[in-house]
Amino acid sequence: MELAQQLVNGLTLGSLYALIAVGYTVVYGIIQLINFAHGEIFMVGAFGALSTALLFFRSYVDGGEMLPFWALPVLIVGAVAASVAIAVLMERIAYRPLRNAPRLAPLITAIGISVFLQEAVRLLYGKIPSFPDAKQKVPFPQIEVVSGPAFNLGGVTLQRSTIFTVGALVICAAGLFYFVSRTKTGRAMQAVSQDPDTARLMGINVDRIIVVAFVIGATLAAVAGIAQGLQVTNINFKMGFLAGLKAFTAAVLGGIGNVWGAVIGGLTLGLVEALAVQFIPGTFGGSPWKDVWAFALLILVLVFRPQGLLGAKVVDRA
Amino acid sequence: MTVTDPTPSGHVIGDRVVLEAEHVTMRFGGLTAVGDVSMKVHDGEIVGLIGPNGAGKTTFFNCLTGMYVPTEGRVTLGGEQLPPKPLKVVRAGMARTFQNIRLFGNMTALENVMVGRYCRTSSMALTSILRGPKFRREEEATRLRAQELLDYVGLGKSTEILARNLPYGDQRRLEIARALATDPQILLLDEPTAGMNPKETEETMHLIFKIRDSGLAVVVIEHDMRFIFNLCDRVLCLVRGEVLVEGSPGEVQSDPRVIEAYIGGDDTDEDEEESA
Repeated sequence: MELAQQLVNGLTLGSLYALIAVGYTVVYGIIQLINFAHGEIFMVGAFGALSTALLFFRSYVDGGEMLPFWALPVLIVGAVAASVAIAVLMERIAYRPLRNAPRLAPLITAIGISVFLQEAVRLLYGKIPSFPDAKQKVPFPQIEVVSGPAFNLGGVTLQRSTIFTVGALVICAAGLFYFVSRTKTGRAMQAVSQDPDTARLMGINVDRIIVVAFVIGATLAAVAGIAQGLQVTNINFKMGFLAGLKAFTAAVLGGIGNVWGAVIGGLTLGLVEALAVQFIPGTFGGSPWKDVWAFALLILVLVFRPQGLLGAKVVDRA
Repeated sequence: MTVTDPTPSGHVIGDRVVLEAEHVTMRFGGLTAVGDVSMKVHDGEIVGLIGPNGAGKTTFFNCLTGMYVPTEGRVTLGGEQLPPKPLKVVRAGMARTFQNIRLFGNMTALENVMVGRYCRTSSMALTSILRGPKFRREEEATRLRAQELLDYVGLGKSTEILARNLPYGDQRRLEIARALATDPQILLLDEPTAGMNPKETEETMHLIFKIRDSGLAVVVIEHDMRFIFNLCDRVLCLVRGEVLVEGSPGEVQSDPRVIEAYIGGDDTDEDEEESA
């Protein structure tokens, strides 16, 4: 029973990691940039959903009521819009001018953007009229059907937000699979990730494909932002830091650059964390040690399979 | 289109200039890889570029296709000056293949050709997600055209094979099919028969004739002299970035300076990418 419970917990956590990890891996696959600001895109998504709720469902929020179920798609649209807008701006203003710079430059820029976005939300969110101050945790609106009392399946607690999170991952992964393998833009993306120069010579607009990669990552991160909000019922400006770090770990674990690797890596990491909390006895068990075990797993995988679980061996392009 | 002189193969060359390079110069720091090269290519004409390793042939191709911005000189295609942007060069109607094969290895032969086709289709990301009727029609047309081109180059049966698993000679032909998918007016082939056996070389020659007969102009870089002199209407011999001799295959073949350039002991291996 405990095992089943931890599997459910791990799956929830893992789905969240996977949704964010896809953003790291898609962007890396195209431009070999580790976008450390991606965790903040996830955070912005959560705040985008909150803002949408405050703008359109104010009476419910103030009255402490749950939002009607049909508010969920509206919140998703708001979250995605916020994340995508920030991601596209970030690409345009910060990364594109550095396209031909040494790889360290965009990496450091990414860290800078990450700090910038955290501080911007912390300091400015409360300045928007009628919005709550975001220097501390902010309660996240709860929504009918996906929030509320948990289900109990023979002793295993199944949170409603778990169903939302896992369902979101399944839908997003299916959509992504379809997009990458069956559409023109998806195939152009594959072509760019395999050989950008040749792709350009085949008439593919590489700049546009890069933007598409950022948009895909931001969309999934925004959905993850809502999932996180529903799970822990509050959000804060630094929520993107640890989640982003873990998702990055998941992407590396699965093989960075490989979309399915990100999904598998996310789920693996989530399950390992959950199981470690429950089943490692004594001093080294329990939740304070879960991050240790998560990163220990990363080290083990990198020692024995440096390319990650699903990654192909990276051949350096000349 | 008026008829000028019939070529040895009995084919007629049009008098419309498809591609014109004027005084193209490419310097890398102190090294002049391409120095003041001018070239005209007419429709229905096959022009050969020969020269020892490091003569600047591939660099010249890179200048034509916008991969490099020439230090000096200009390139016009059908009378319009080409911007040095590969994307725009392809749309204007110039396609190329590569000396070291550069296919999308993890995609099938058909997908490779379809990717080449995309610069001629209009659907955007959003319509392809929504999969409207227009997208489906266009996608179907793209697939059909790609299959046609594979048949055309003789790869009709290898449609679903990953590009990296194709035999070497087939990979070269797949590159040609992918280049043709962009609907070019002119095709640049960089060593299309490198590594091929005599039979494959022969087939490639016929394929290039077939492409020429369909109305395209072709520029070929090749080291195989027999191949180039049998194939081309006109040959330019580049040495150390400059045109040494230009003329009919017969003229170039018998020119003592060309023979000197090839067997003379001069060290011309400066340009690294030529020897790659």
